[in-house]
Amino acid sequence: MSNASNVVAAEEMPQHRSLWGDVWSQFRTHKGAVAGAAVFFLIVLGVVLGPYIHTLDPQFLDIRNKNLGPSLAHPMGTDNLGRDTLAQVMAGGRVSLLVGIVAMLLSLVVGTAIGVLAGFFKKLDGPLMRFTDLFLALPLLPLLLVIIMLFRDSLRAAFGPETGIFLLIVFVIGITSWMQTARIVRGDVLALKEMEFVVAARSIGAPSRRIISRHILPNVLSPIMVSATLGIANAIITESALSFLGLGFPSDFPTWGRLLYDGANFMQLTPERVIWPGLAISLTVLSVNYMGDGLRDALDPRIRGR
Amino acid sequence: MLNYAIRRLLFAIPTLLIISFLIFAILDLAPNDPTGNLPLTIPPEVREKIRMALGLGDPFPIRYLKWLQQFFINEPLNIIEQAFGITIGDSENRLRVQSWATRSPVVDLIIERTPQTLWVVGMSYVVGILIAIPIGVISAYRQYSVFDQVGTFISMIGFSVPTFFTGLLFIVIFSSTLGWLPSIYDTTHEVTDFASFWFQVKQMIMPVMVLALFNASQLSRFMRASMLDNLSQDYVRTARAKGLKEKVVLLVHVLRNSLIPVVTVIALGIPQIFGGAIITEQIFRVNGLGQLLIVGIQGADIPLVQTLTFIFAILIVFFNLVADIVYGMLDPRIRYE
Amino acid sequence: MKKTLLVAALAAGFYNGTAVADRGTDGQLKIIYWQAVSILNPFLSSGTKDIEASSLVVEPLAKYDEKGNMVANLVDEIPTIENGGVSEDLKSITWKLSDGLIWSDGTKVTSADVAFTAAYCMHPEGGCAQISNFTDVESVEEVDESTVKVNFSVAKPFPYGPFVGSQSPIIQKAQFENCMGAKAPECTEQNFGPVGTGPFVATEFKANDVVAYSVNENYRDPAKPAFSSVVLKGGGDAASAARSVLETGEFDYAWNLQVEPEILDQMAQGGKGMVVSAYGTSVERLMVNLTNPDPALGDKRGTIEGGAHPFLSDLAVRQALSLAIDRQTLVDVGYGDAGQVTCNVLPAPDVYASTANDACKQQDMAAAKKLLDDAGWVPGSDGIRAKDGVRISILYQTSTNSVRQATQALIKQWWAELGVETELRNIDGGVFFGGDQSSPDTFQKFFADIEMYTNNFDGTDPEKYMANWHCSDIPSPANQWLGSNMPRYCNAEYDALVAEMGTAAKLEDRAALAKKMNDMLMQDVAMIPLIHRGGVSAHATTLEGVRMNEWDSELWNAADWSRAK
Repeated sequence: MSNASNVVAAEEMPQHRSLWGDVWSQFRTHKGAVAGAAVFFLIVLGVVLGPYIHTLDPQFLDIRNKNLGPSLAHPMGTDNLGRDTLAQVMAGGRVSLLVGIVAMLLSLVVGTAIGVLAGFFKKLDGPLMRFTDLFLALPLLPLLLVIIMLFRDSLRAAFGPETGIFLLIVFVIGITSWMQTARIVRGDVLALKEMEFVVAARSIGAPSRRIISRHILPNVLSPIMVSATLGIANAIITESALSFLGLGFPSDFPTWGRLLYDGANFMQLTPERVIWPGLAISLTVLSVNYMGDGLRDALDPRIRGR
Repeated sequence: MLNYAIRRLLFAIPTLLIISFLIFAILDLAPNDPTGNLPLTIPPEVREKIRMALGLGDPFPIRYLKWLQQFFINEPLNIIEQAFGITIGDSENRLRVQSWATRSPVVDLIIERTPQTLWVVGMSYVVGILIAIPIGVISAYRQYSVFDQVGTFISMIGFSVPTFFTGLLFIVIFSSTLGWLPSIYDTTHEVTDFASFWFQVKQMIMPVMVLALFNASQLSRFMRASMLDNLSQDYVRTARAKGLKEKVVLLVHVLRNSLIPVVTVIALGIPQIFGGAIITEQIFRVNGLGQLLIVGIQGADIPLVQTLTFIFAILIVFFNLVADIVYGMLDPRIRYE
Repeated sequence: MKKTLLVAALAAGFYNGTAVADRGTDGQLKIIYWQAVSILNPFLSSGTKDIEASSLVVEPLAKYDEKGNMVANLVDEIPTIENGGVSEDLKSITWKLSDGLIWSDGTKVTSADVAFTAAYCMHPEGGCAQISNFTDVESVEEVDESTVKVNFSVAKPFPYGPFVGSQSPIIQKAQFENCMGAKAPECTEQNFGPVGTGPFVATEFKANDVVAYSVNENYRDPAKPAFSSVVLKGGGDAASAARSVLETGEFDYAWNLQVEPEILDQMAQGGKGMVVSAYGTSVERLMVNLTNPDPALGDKRGTIEGGAHPFLSDLAVRQALSLAIDRQTLVDVGYGDAGQVTCNVLPAPDVYASTANDACKQQDMAAAKKLLDDAGWVPGSDGIRAKDGVRISILYQTSTNSVRQATQALIKQWWAELGVETELRNIDGGVFFGGDQSSPDTFQKFFADIEMYTNNFDGTDPEKYMANWHCSDIPSPANQWLGSNMPRYCNAEYDALVAEMGTAAKLEDRAALAKKMNDMLMQDVAMIPLIHRGGVSAHATTLEGVRMNEWDSELWNAADWSRAK
């Protein structure tokens, strides 16, 4: 049985163009998307492999060599405790990228799900949107302090200081940043579900699940993509704010947001300390934005055909 | 639509009550303390006495009910009294919501701070919207043109570089180096003539620009994305085929249909105007509502934070309702029955 | 009340540049405090900033000068045993107000005001933040219109708690009469604009934002103050406050600038202002947890009942941790001119400062390692020292502050060199110092191995301060964790010295006792002092007369400040 279906699949391969194959080929022709992907790949490569090439320990303090400008030994200079900025940017990138992407995905999934459900099912609209209002209204900082108090020690005990904190940070950023996406998606869905093609789909008896996945989701993709790019930047910056409350990683654990914050006052003394982490965040966001653009265009059947 | 609005408003009352309770519970649970900023030379027993004097000795439900009474009965009565110059009941002994740090009525503090927040943060929103919509429209219409690419680049930088950094950068450039603009906002300044108006403009430029850059970056992205979606729709082709002028097609048909996400973002943003921009207000010492809130949170000034956050909650609920009504006006197919 | 202020303000305008000597001829003085002022009543203050801002308006009977000497303020002389002001049994002190003192509203300052101030603060429902200045006060008698006698229930070798220093100023009876006890917080108008005897009166007060003052036309010295008005702006952070004085020159004086020294140096290069510092009694120290903070102990965590700390109870470990620290580097990196290496928890005033522990000023890694080797703590396969299966792995907590985090990072590295593992934790200051019962992160619960913060004492007498490490002051669930003995140090010998200090009258004896207590704490390494911290402020080069003071309000002599011509 499985053999037979394999054969059928193989035979159909040449003429059948799968949706994702199409999307991929369209994505590849999008110059911005390719450039974005390349830059993003380089950044990831840099933070993953970089520390094997530039082997200084980002946490090592060399107090005699503090506040140095760029040199061969320290291509991005050192900070006021003599830590190597390049090593810190690379080490920080691992954390920041991971936090940024995972937290953004969490926030997108929650936001999109709530937005689509609220927009599509009239009965859910009221409760879900009041729930969103509630989250929008909660005072963030005291909420974070409560979360730290309740969960930090148990997570630390269960997963160790770093993984535990990572989970906590991603969770906190995710659940406190989905509301805008939810409201935007809902607004679009409200308009979409009255469109002719959705009405038509419903009139031929298509189940809601299929209408949502086939007709609604692809059409709310562009605001979701924008939310995604903005969400990464937001998550990277929020992470640094969290560490000031004692919720973030330990203070000697570099992240891009933290490097930028700590370096801000040294802007005139050692500008490298802020330029590089700032640039790293901007480039990441920019590259994700272009990839998002490409993906959106690639998924839009009207554009894909052209 | 009116029916819908009234129903939503009625439904908002229980929602807001639940929100107020949750806010109160979170603030009560939060581990920071009103005596936390006192010098360490003040011994722990004295701190405990201060807590008792602030009413922290009462059980949680009593404190919540007290706040409800003060906020929903005493404060409105006080406003009525002040507005009409009359006395209702025992107004001498009626307790208003008192801030713990300043020992003054919270509502008075909020009223005192609203002007500068509305001026600075509100203005930055207006500027942000005025920049973002044209940029979004042009970027989408001329997708992948030089204008679009530059716009994308600037808005991404604007969004990914946080305001604490841009604010400081502006101060270093325009205050320290060039000496053109004041780095500290004077909240006691009054505009009386052209010179003082000019000073007001000067002290507003930096905070407004920092925030406007951030807001415009975000809004222009949503505007562009939404315009792009609509530009490829069939009705645009139809409109063009009918021989409508390109300007009309773009500004009347496409723009109108693209505004839904933008309206959402703006509606979410308006309560934030009242919430103030915490970081920007701190950097430039605008000392508006955002700074009031953060100082309150840091000092665990529960009545202040509770009242302020609850007012934001009211605004959030209200403006989201407004957004829903605006959706209906932008797209008549959206109906709520 | 409002009317008087208005009249005063108008009068200030009228006098500008006219007949009366020098008063009000130097224009506006602009001060920036990065913590905004919340209230102008120091008895209800929520922090030092409020006390300092109100010190321009309300004054105590005597102040401390920049050297820590008491100086008469509203009196002609400081009462002592010699001049008969303090009774022989040390149970009362009699203050005599100067002649002709008047409040800013023109009424006479009398002993009734002084007695009222005590009653106001000692009211059980008032929540007075400065009540510890009135400890053991039995009664305050009005002997006559200008004489007031404070009776203590016990002999007070140092009877200068009430009415001395900016924490304990005199407020006007007529103004605050109806604001006693539970009514205190409701008197917003009074709390925002107290009538005082100081050089200025508050004309406009925006809570948590800005205070505007004008000259007190009834100030006792007709030639002072030189400035006609003061603006005290609040908010933001220390670095930008420094910038507004040193770089942009928008302000004349900036308070409490704990910023990395290289940043201050660089800002000061512009020549618009200068950084000044002064030393009081503040010491940044590591508290060593002598009890076991293991979460597995549940309710007994961090208490004496929970047992001794697995490795910090070993004196050799504590000594080694102290020896491994290079304090001079900590000063250079984080404090600059605002810090000095210290080996004492009681570093000042000079009479109390011990020299017995100065060995710690030099880092001695080899000696530290040897101590641990000799005590049987040897490095394991992971490089971390251990003994009988107990690894020296430290959780090191402090409040969030960039200088503190830099100190943490440095110490972590030295301890790593020693073979000690360290995990750093920083906690929001409001939580750490807040003392909330439900939070595990307060400095009193001390659910960590080492914690770092600064403490000091008001005035110049260390009796209360040294009593902090009495057995009875150990925080525990039994006293709702209210206690100041963070290391949970308990030593009968020490407690005996505390009791002795309570009765010693002569300064030499008190100094000897205080030194002995300090040395005992240091030699037992119940805490590891790091840095004797000074206050740092900055003022414009054109501002003259600043005498930076850590013993009292920094604005203590603002009446003498003037603009360079």
